[in-house]
Order: sequence, then C-alpha cells, then structure tokens
Amino acid sequence: MDFKNRDIISINDFSKEELLHILKVVRQLEQKPKSSLLNGKILAALFFEPSTRTRLSFTSAMEQLSGKVIGFSNANTTSIQKGESLWDTIKMAEQYSDAIVIRHPLEGSARLAAEAASIPVINGGDGSNQHPTQTMLDLYTIQKTKGKLDGLHIGFVGDLKYGRTVHSLVIALAHFNPTFYFIAPDDLQIPESYLDELFQKRVKYHKTSDLGRFSRELDVLYVTRIQKERFPDPLEYEKFKGIYRVDEAFLQGVKKELKIMHPLPRIDEIDKSVDSTSHAAYFGQAANGIPVRKALLALVLGKIK
Amino acid sequence: MTRKKPKKSKARERIKAKKAVPSAPKEGAKRELNISAIDEGTVIDHIPTDAAFKVVEILDLENHKGVVSIATNLQSKSIGRKGIVKVGGKSLTQNEVNKIAIVAPDATVNIIKNYDVREKIKVKTPDVIDNVVKCSNPVCITNNEQVATKFYVVKKDPLKIKCHYCERSMGKDDIEII
Repeated sequence: MDFKNRDIISINDFSKEELLHILKVVRQLEQKPKSSLLNGKILAALFFEPSTRTRLSFTSAMEQLSGKVIGFSNANTTSIQKGESLWDTIKMAEQYSDAIVIRHPLEGSARLAAEAASIPVINGGDGSNQHPTQTMLDLYTIQKTKGKLDGLHIGFVGDLKYGRTVHSLVIALAHFNPTFYFIAPDDLQIPESYLDELFQKRVKYHKTSDLGRFSRELDVLYVTRIQKERFPDPLEYEKFKGIYRVDEAFLQGVKKELKIMHPLPRIDEIDKSVDSTSHAAYFGQAANGIPVRKALLALVLGKIK
Repeated sequence: MTRKKPKKSKARERIKAKKAVPSAPKEGAKRELNISAIDEGTVIDHIPTDAAFKVVEILDLENHKGVVSIATNLQSKSIGRKGIVKVGGKSLTQNEVNKIAIVAPDATVNIIKNYDVREKIKVKTPDVIDNVVKCSNPVCITNNEQVATKFYVVKKDPLKIKCHYCERSMGKDDIEII
C-alpha cells in the first residue's frame, strides 16, 4: 500500500484496509522510533484559525523525525489580509515545502488546497466538516486501549449534532461491526443523515437522552463538550451546559474495562476524579496525536510504505 | 427561398401539444393552443410544473435569440401537472440534457425538425454535476472563493447530492442553480 503523495482530506476517502494499514504504521513507529526519517523535509503549517493541539502536535511530530516546520498560526499576519486567495496562498506555499497541513474556517478549503497543490496536503480541520487526523488518533486510541476495533459497544455523549469528531469517528468505526449508543438531548442528537448511513451499512445503534441507560453495555464512552460557540442564543446554551457529567457515581455502574475518551478541551463533562481511574483514556488519546501524525507525515512523504 | 411546410407533421405536433393543454374551464368556446408549435428546435416535455422556469435558467434561455415558449400547470397522466419548454432554433448538448435531469428527472427532450419529432431523448441524471448548482452551505469554500462547484449524485429519486468540497448533502428543495 503506497501513500506517497496522498492527500489526507476526509475520513470518507479511506477504506477499512487503508485505515488498518495506517494504524499498523503508527504502532511500528511507536515501537521503533526513526528519529531521522524526515531529515531535510519541510512541512508548511498553514493555520488560518487558532489551534493549540493540532498545530503543536504536527510541529512536534515533524521535529521528532528531524523535519522542519514553516508557516503561520494567524492569517492576519499574511497576504490573506491583502486579499490573496486560498488557491494562490497554496501555490506559493508548495514552492517552499514538501507537504502542507492546513486548518481553515471554511468547509471544503482543505479539498481545494489539495487540488491547488502538487505536494501532499493534510487537513488539520476545515470548519465543522472534517478533521481526519483526529479521527485516526481516536481509532488508534481505541485499538490500543481495547486491543481491537471489531465488535465494540461504543457510546457517544454530549453535542452529537455539531461535533465533527463524533461524525467522522462514527463513519470510520462503521467499518468494524460496532454497536453505537448516541446519548444526547433531542436538540443535540446525531443528524438523521448519519443514521441513514448506518442503517444502509447495517450498523446497530440506540438513541437515548439518559446517560445511565446503557452504561453497563459500554466498552468505550466518547464524551464531547457542549460547544458554546455553536449556540446563536446564549439562553439555549445555558439550557444544555452541564447536562451530562461523567463522575465517580456514574462509574459505579460501568464495565471494569470501560475506557472514557474525550477530544479535549473539557469543561465540566468529565469530573477530575475520573482522571486517576483506569477508565480515563483522554490524556493518552491526546498523546497519541504525535505518533499518528508522525506516521501520516512519513507515509505521505514516501518514507514509509 | 420558401420552405414547404409538411402539413401532416405540423398537425401532429399541434395535436400533441393540444392534448397536453388542460383548457381549465371546459365550458365555452374551443380553446386555442397557448403554446405554439416550432419548426426547428427542442421541446422539453414532462417537466414538473414548478421546475419549468429552472429549466429556462439552466439552459440560459433568457439570452436565447430564438423563440422560447414556456407553459406550466398542464395536465399530465404520468406526473399530474407538468411544464413544457419549447426552444426554437436550438439543439441541446448531452451535457445540457443531463443538467435538465437535476430539476426534471422524468423529462423527455424532443428534437424537432420540420415540425416533426425527429428524436426523443429521455434525460438521465448524471453521476457528477459540474458547476451548475450552488452549494447551500454558506461557509462552503465555493461560496467564498472563485471555485467551480462539483456535486456527486448520492440518490437519484428523490434527488440527493453531496458537495465535493464541504461534503454537505442537499435535497431537491435546496437546489439553487448558479
């Protein structure tokens, strides 16, 4: 399987076999780090909107493999301010680098960037559309903590309507014969279009607004933040904030091996007391961002097959 | 040079058109045909009545120099109420025929020569729609930068399309022609 020059734009572009191959490379790189793998390679990190974790982990991944990073973390300091189009910015950046990672507030921007560039482009988040490297690190975390991906009972709780991490992960996990539990108030439930897709793929799922209802069934619980910025009306946000709380009381009724994940940052949806339990997988999940991004960079730059 | 019009054919096309006209109030004098026959051109029939003007838009007929006749709310056995668009002096390309399918999946395109229907083409919904439809997502890159739109047809009936860029799906009602 050759990923050289491949763009990483949407989780929908990857087959089950390709996802498993990527996860295999991540594991190999974790076991046998190759610190000079990307020596002489330059990554252009074009961050048109703020990001902490994604930008830092791409930078760290590149530098751990002896590559270099150029770019910007604020579009206000660039020619965009002078009215330069995204297309032209990408055409310029590809002259200076071997690969591009882009984060942009407009949906579809990463796909357009990939069409403009002849070098590989990695989507670091395009609005509320896709964030495929997050999905891959989520998959890797599940595989690593549960020892498998197949046949798991996976719950999603919180804002399932707007949360892109949930949408992409649901599509990726659908390859692995899961049973899903969507836990959210009606107004924040997963969109029907995803349920249609699951129905077509014969994936079993349950919908509920009660966090406790299926707690004994779960192998993994993926918790998301209720995103304040998504609510046009602050009163609406007040209605939903703090509605779900994963705490010690909740943990009384779960499987011993349940793993709790969260894309972070969290507000109050996971109590700090959970951090020290064997259920907490969210900090390890954040740490997995580095090996996953290292593997992806090495794959698209043709240094690993 | 004067062209001899074949009477039979002309009559045939008129009859077809007459059948299509509902002549809403039945009582009273015979109704005259309100959409005339054309000698050369294209008749697009079996358009859902609310999509007739969209067909005009898709084919950019506002700028067409020949005769354009549009009729809506005609009775149709197959689709209830229908629209017809007749375009004098224009043959459609396959691409134009495919575009019509986006708003009128059951339409038939009749090529008229000498008042006679020379060819009947059933429209076929394309798998990919290039630069015809506007994305309904305001934060899609195609609505913010000069980019030709591209959609994949996910489902043909009822039509559901997915933006190549922002990956949002759109139903028939959300479709806006560029």
